Parts: sequence; structure tokens; C-alpha cells
Amino acid sequence: MAFDFDVIARSLPYLWKGFRYTVELTAIAATGGIFFGTLLALARLSSVKPLALAAAGYVNLMRSIPLVLVIFWFFFLVPVLVQGITGAERPPQIGAERTAIITFIMFEAAYFCEIMRAGIQSIPKGQVYASYALGLTYGQTMRLVVLPQAFRNMIPVLLTQTVILFQDTSLVYVISATDFLGAASKVGQRDGRLVEMYTFVAVVYFVISVTLSHFVRRLQKRIAVIR
Amino acid sequence: MAYDFNWGVFFEELPGGDTEYWEILLEGVGWTLAVSALAWAIALAVGAVVGTIRTTDRPWLVRLGNAWVELFRNIPLIVQLFLWYFVVPELVPPLKRWAIAADPTTVQFAMAVVGLGLFTSARIAEQVRAGIQSLPRGQRMAAMALGLTTPQAYRHVLLPMAFRIVIPPLTSETMNLIKNSSVALTIGLAELTFRSREMGEYTFHFFEAFTAATLIYVAIAMTANRVMAFIERKVAVPGFIAGGAK
Repeated sequence: MAFDFDVIARSLPYLWKGFRYTVELTAIAATGGIFFGTLLALARLSSVKPLALAAAGYVNLMRSIPLVLVIFWFFFLVPVLVQGITGAERPPQIGAERTAIITFIMFEAAYFCEIMRAGIQSIPKGQVYASYALGLTYGQTMRLVVLPQAFRNMIPVLLTQTVILFQDTSLVYVISATDFLGAASKVGQRDGRLVEMYTFVAVVYFVISVTLSHFVRRLQKRIAVIR
Repeated sequence: MAYDFNWGVFFEELPGGDTEYWEILLEGVGWTLAVSALAWAIALAVGAVVGTIRTTDRPWLVRLGNAWVELFRNIPLIVQLFLWYFVVPELVPPLKRWAIAADPTTVQFAMAVVGLGLFTSARIAEQVRAGIQSLPRGQRMAAMALGLTTPQAYRHVLLPMAFRIVIPPLTSETMNLIKNSSVALTIGLAELTFRSREMGEYTFHFFEAFTAATLIYVAIAMTANRVMAFIERKVAVPGFIAGGAK
């Protein structure tokens, strides 16, 4: 068959829009996921039993079902919940792109929680005792002593998870959001050029992921604390 | 809340009659398990070979293994499935002829199995390599000193230990594989997630349908976990890998 790689050049502006959404979604989901993941980790390690159990339940549930199903769940639930809260007459139109952002923050929080939990647990207990002995409160101990170190120790793992997240965002295809893959797929279907478009998408994802992973490995070597 | 629950919806009939919704969900479970099982076999076989050659002292074998892992780990699974389903048949004419002649479900199933299997093989190769490299260097040297050839050293000394060491990470890869099989719905395979969404669309009872799918996935994951823990206990070397998962 004849290839027509010109289709890529012709549709670059549209693909770029999709790609920008992919990057945006990755950045927002990583930031939000790390924030809520840290809160979840603190809850899981809390001495308040119900709180620890609820957090563990949420994390385990999220981690045992497929991301595709989670995306479908939120795509259906978010409008219903918003309607329930605002009391609107009919479910509001939220759109696939915004639903995806909420979904990925909530989903990634479960994975980032486990990373942050490992990070927090890697801090020697003596430091917590020392902080309390100095008169710091729980909040101060976490904010000033434990979390900065936990975060620093876990930076390579957090970044690796973010590279995985970058690849996983392509699954928003299932709710027809126009991310990079979605944009390429729409062009490919319109012009009957799926072969060229999907090959291009694969090459772009490959180059970016390899570059990012390489960068993470170098960073890991540089910031490794010698113990 | 505006949503009205109806848990009896599973026993209602699809438009057209004859089948009830629980039956198509069960059919979906069948596809999920079938894809997962076959892909797992491919992933384990290929992953074991690729992981092993990455620990040999042949530079070109190591490079080949590394390239394999990088290739399959750095492209999103959904894109890989699209490559297998939409792109590869266009480049391989005999495959294209087969894809046109065969039953569409067969083609979707075959491509999902190959795509998911090779995708997972890269992850398993990484675990196998780490397992072999975690063995004390002395084991390889002792095997050589006893006069074993390299293949013999792998066959009788290194691999039997390494495979036992990688069982816990393999367990989590197995669970990931089962979850990842849901991506096959993007090439049209009617597995569990596909069927639950279909049921939601027909009945507007998304909540019930997704709850059922969620519970089934949790049940499958727990079963897989138990099976792997059982295997781990069965093959444990006394005095070496203590206990393992309960």
C-alpha cells in the first residue's frame, strides 16, 4: 500500500492541541495525585483506626480494578454527584476532558499514596520522637521534618510513576477525549490514514518516554544520598 | 439523588430477548480470563528468555534484550494494541488476508493476546533479570568451577533459584495483566468492562453494571493472588526463601 506521511504535516496544529492536553492532564494529575496521595498516606499511617481503614480501603479498591473501568465509573458518577450536590434539574454537561482530569487525580492518588507511604516509613522513628521532644505538634513534625525527607527520597519513584501516568493518559480515548492519541485517531479515521497516524503516535510516545526515563535515571544517580 | 437503583436489572432480557444481562457479563468474564491466560503464557515464555539473555556475557544478546524491554515499555498499551490491530496487518499482506477472512472476534482476540503478551513480557523480563542478578556471584562461579557449561549453569543452578525469587513481583505483574486486558475493548473485544458498559448503555443502570464488574475484578485479583501464593509456598527452597506470602 502507499503511505502518505504528509497527513501528519497537514494535521500538525490539531495534533499539537491534543498533545498539549495530554501534557496538561499529566501535569495536573501528577500534582493533584501527589497532593492527595500524601494526604492518603498520612491517613493510612494514622493512629485513628477508622481513618486508616477508610484510606486503605480506597487505595486497595483503586489498585485492584482496571483504569479503563475507573474512567467509565467517573464519567458516569461525576455528573450524577454534581447534580446531587447542586440540586440541578438535569445532570450538568461536564465534558470528557474535565472528567478525565478528576478521574486521573483520584486514580493516581492511590498509586502515589503507596509511594509516599514507603517514603514516610523510610524515615527513622527516632526523628519523629526527637521532633515531639522538641515540642513540635503532629502537623509541624510532618510538614517540617518527615515529609520533606520522604519526598526527597521518593523523587525518582514519583517521576517514574509520572512517566507511567503520561502513557496511561492515552486511555482517555475510551471516553472520546481529544488527547494526543484521540486527535491522531480522529484525523486518521477522517482521512483513512490510521497506519501513518498510529505509527507517528507510537514514535512520539516512545521518544518522549525513553528521554524522560533516561533523565530520571541520571537524576537518581545524582541525588542518591550516600548512607 | 436522582438515580434510582434496580438490582434486579441483571435478570432482565436484552432487547431482542433470549439472553439476560448477567449472561453477557459472564461471557465478558470468559473473554477477560481467556485473553489474560494466553497473554500470560506468552509473556512468561518470552519474558523468561529475554530476561535471561540480558544477564549473559554476550554484548549483542544483552543489547537485543535491552532494546526489546525499552521498545515494549515505552509505548502506551492502547497504542501498541492499535499497532497490532490496525497497522501490522497493513504491512504484512498474508496477515491482512487472514484478518479479512477470519471471524472479527477471532482477529480481535488474537491481536489482544499478542499485544498484551509482548507488552507484559518486557515487564517480566525486567523482573527475571533482576532475579538472576540478585543471586550471589559465587553461585555462577561455583557452577563454572564444577565444570558446568554456561547453559548448564543457567539450567541447573541460576534459573531454578531466580524463578523462585521473582514469584512475588510476578504476582503483581499477573494482576496488572488481568487489569490491562480491559484495554482490549478499544479494539472491540467484548470482555468484562466492555460488557458492563454495554449493559449500562442499554439499561441506563450504569451503577449496578459497574459495581458488578468491579466486584468481579476484585474477586479475580484475589483468586490470582491466592494461586500465586500457593505456588510460591509449593516451590520454596527450604532454608532459602523463608515462608513468603501467607
